[in-house]
Amino acid sequence: MSSSASTRAAGVAQPAISYKARIRLYQLALLIGLFLFWGITTHYGILPSFFFGEPIPVLQQVFDWFSGTAIYMHLGITLLETLLAFVIGAVLAMIVGLWLGLNDLASAVADPYIKAMNAMPRVILAPIFAVWFGLGIWSKVALGITLVFFIVFFNVYQGVREVSPTLVANARMLGASRKQLIRSVYLPSATSWVFSSLHTSVGMAFVGAVVGEYLGSARGMGYLIHQAEGVFDINTVLAGILVLTIFALILDGLVTLVESKLHGWRPVADHSGH
Amino acid sequence: MPAVVKDHLSLVRSQQGAASSAVSLKSITCSFSTPKGGTYTAVKDICLDVGEAEFVSVVGPTGCGKSTILNSIAGLLQPTSGTVEVFGKPLQGINRDAGYMFQADALMPWRTAYDNVVAGLQFRGTEPEEMKHLGHQWLDRVGLGRFADRYPHQMSGGMRKRVAMAQMLILNPKIILMDEPFSALDVQTRQLMENELLALWSANRRSAVFITHDLEEAIAMSDRVVVLSAGPASHIMAEFEITLSRPRDVAEIRMTPEFLDLHHQIWATMRDEVMKGYQQSQQG
Repeated sequence: MSSSASTRAAGVAQPAISYKARIRLYQLALLIGLFLFWGITTHYGILPSFFFGEPIPVLQQVFDWFSGTAIYMHLGITLLETLLAFVIGAVLAMIVGLWLGLNDLASAVADPYIKAMNAMPRVILAPIFAVWFGLGIWSKVALGITLVFFIVFFNVYQGVREVSPTLVANARMLGASRKQLIRSVYLPSATSWVFSSLHTSVGMAFVGAVVGEYLGSARGMGYLIHQAEGVFDINTVLAGILVLTIFALILDGLVTLVESKLHGWRPVADHSGH
Repeated sequence: MPAVVKDHLSLVRSQQGAASSAVSLKSITCSFSTPKGGTYTAVKDICLDVGEAEFVSVVGPTGCGKSTILNSIAGLLQPTSGTVEVFGKPLQGINRDAGYMFQADALMPWRTAYDNVVAGLQFRGTEPEEMKHLGHQWLDRVGLGRFADRYPHQMSGGMRKRVAMAQMLILNPKIILMDEPFSALDVQTRQLMENELLALWSANRRSAVFITHDLEEAIAMSDRVVVLSAGPASHIMAEFEITLSRPRDVAEIRMTPEFLDLHHQIWATMRDEVMKGYQQSQQG
């Protein structure tokens, strides 16, 4: 996104900074415009505020939450579930992806099962996980893992399969054993593919956590939203959605930060490739 | 007399004795199965001896199986028939005496220049102290002392080739195998790299097998030029001894009458095969 913006900026005979500032300005104007439209239409009864809420009470609710303490606990739980789901899911997927990527027979045998599990709408597993793991965080983590696993798995598998044969031949000529080959060629190559899917997989872990909470729990942002929905408190529901959205944006920003820290060897322009 | 034909040459070799050959290909044939179910024979009945400290270039038209020969010397490819002998012993698995410089980029993109150069030492479990010493020594030797922390994507094509060269030579291989290593570089960088390679090779002479489709490069670099016929089932057509004096400057030597004379002779042998190879590539 940013690269296309900068190439366009290069075509216009204007300094890039003013162009960027203009984009930010328009983005802010659009946000304010949307809130104004929402506020006016609900205030004058063009849209029923019972169904659509109203911006002032929604913002008020967000403000109340953050001046209290309970919200931090709920957010913390959701974040913990997201992190656990991502880490466990990614590590499992790395192991299975490496193994199947390097083993033709195993991958041929597993192929239909992997396809079936990937095709299945896995959100439907949430009630089963609730039965298995209870209403605590682990049922949400389990749901997140099933969502994260396949994204990372397919990337690792692809990464192992598409390692350049020259790279492998070179490492072998330099004296790498099978183990060293896996550690210094296949694993780094697969890791780079995991990084390219980081945004999607962290996002999926977050979805798993929130949906899991929504379907049955006693804590977390999904639980807050579910509670408010139960009493038709639409303003609180919208406030919850607003907080979740901002939270997801922050998470995405952190991923970008981690990515640029850990991924120094890769040219920046290459990211969109996969 | 700059050039010697094959019969004379084999006489010279036999006088030197078999013990002096580093690599000996005993009538190797390499066939591959094609997707359509047939078999494609890349090279047929290749007999080639590379002496110790000898620089041999293999030239031939595109698709004549030059890389196939190199890969079987490296042990990356098992010949369908025939044997590869390294210092008198039949080769099994990877050739541990050989270093290989590939045509394509073979550096690990996630490793810095330094980490790439010491990769082979790492695989062999060299002591950290010695590894550090050798790694920086070789980076200096290829003129990249200041670029130890650069990743491959931050370097130019010529710099990457230097890293690859150091990566191979740091292990002090007895046999150097090169598959058109400089074909992707521009002409100036290429001649610079050729001179650097020759300088490094002269400093510590070992056997070298250099694959190229560029006859001028082959003559300028080597002690002997081997000409392959067009594929499929290519065979060795002729061998030419290059008696130009060393040290050589690959750019300047191209202007000398001896060079031009050799070029003329070898090209006369190659021309028809190049045309044949071109026509085949047009049909296929």
